[in-house]
Amino acid sequence: MDIQSCVEVRNEWDIVSARQLGRNMAKELGFGNVDQARITTAISELARNIYLYAGNGKICIQPIDQLGKKGLKIIALDSGPGIRDIRRVMEDGYTTSGGLGAGLPGVKRLMDEFSIESTVDVGTEINATKWLR
Amino acid sequence: MTGKDAIIDRYQDLITTYIKGKSETALYKGQQFSRKLIEQQISPEDVISLHIQVMHDLFPDMDEDMRDSFDFLLEVMIGYGFAYREHQSLRDKQQQLESEIEVAASMQQTLLLSDVPEVDCLDIGVISVPAKKMNGDYFNFVKDGNALSVAVADIIGKGIPAALCMSMIKYAMDSLPQQQQKPHLLLENLNHVVEQNVHPNMFITMLHGLYNPDNHTFSYAGAGHEPGFIYRASEDRFEDMIAKGIVLGVSRTATYQPYEKAIEIGDMIILLSDGVTECRTSKGFIERDEIVALIRKHMDRPAQELVQSVFEELEKLQEFELRDDFTLIVLKRVV
Repeated sequence: MDIQSCVEVRNEWDIVSARQLGRNMAKELGFGNVDQARITTAISELARNIYLYAGNGKICIQPIDQLGKKGLKIIALDSGPGIRDIRRVMEDGYTTSGGLGAGLPGVKRLMDEFSIESTVDVGTEINATKWLR
Repeated sequence: MTGKDAIIDRYQDLITTYIKGKSETALYKGQQFSRKLIEQQISPEDVISLHIQVMHDLFPDMDEDMRDSFDFLLEVMIGYGFAYREHQSLRDKQQQLESEIEVAASMQQTLLLSDVPEVDCLDIGVISVPAKKMNGDYFNFVKDGNALSVAVADIIGKGIPAALCMSMIKYAMDSLPQQQQKPHLLLENLNHVVEQNVHPNMFITMLHGLYNPDNHTFSYAGAGHEPGFIYRASEDRFEDMIAKGIVLGVSRTATYQPYEKAIEIGDMIILLSDGVTECRTSKGFIERDEIVALIRKHMDRPAQELVQSVFEELEKLQEFELRDDFTLIVLKRVV
């Protein structure tokens, strides 16, 4: 089951579309209110990063089913400038957008699994999964 | 029953009691409950969610707009949850750093520890207390044959950078043993080391002296260090132990002037760091006269008790809040 739905992120309104997409899928999968809000916030942060730093990219949402373990995966892809020092952006207190003040480490804490890959001048891919409990 | 269910039940109890009675007791219980939630690291959005769930159970016919408004509140509170978790993670990091500093401080203590040597003709007292966890003052005794060399140093600056710098000075001094005989030459050599290895905005003041028990002279040299005192028993008078010289690390070509004093029976050599003279009380800085008065008050006692008592009195005057590292050394000629 790997039906991906994606939203292109080019402007601030696309952030809302990405949120909507994530929320609908989270609801469908049976996530509770709080987790829905967490997933949506994570999407917001990732989409905002794309909008602010990469210019354009996309957010894809994918339901996962691993041996009966259900979850939702967010994939954030961009072909922006990339992140030179990943360790630094994963440190608390390294605020970039000033948005929620927690940036990527905050997203990591909102979700259950998190991975990031970035190549300078090529782009960044972030995967974040939340499992249904 | 899981922990989560227990919390829901408890919250439902508390809120029902409050809605019925509107009593202060119920509110007090609410406050205690919040403490428990914090202990269990439950974040703000979870509390809102708990409230929403309980309200749904208590008021199944709740107005739909009201119901929706809770969802909105939940969304708003997610940001606080974000901030709360970041705060927790930073706090953990801080604790970790503190315990690392703790380890570094005790390592420093071990590294810089200088035994107070036994010298037949001298009664020696030493106290060195850091203002923060790590000490930027340094003292060192070396017994070289018959002679006793003593050094007091102070880093301009406090805390960890000062302490790291001090460790370097100790090893630099240890590697220049042949110089111990001539304080002004030792300072010249140390000046090179500091000038080459220490950050330009960090300076070190030092007083280095050598007590020769054969002819009872004290030769010394100073690098911008707080002047000590010599107590002249025959005149019952304290004189300043002036030593001209620029602080270590400023000028590559600095030279230091040698001084020598004859020490009679009953005389005292008093060395200190500026933490002693820069004790600040509600009335302003303590004057050197006042330090002398304190030393005079206790000078009939053994040297170690003397320095201890002076420190205790100054500590009390400053309301137990040290602003700078404090080092006081007394050498009293007894025979």
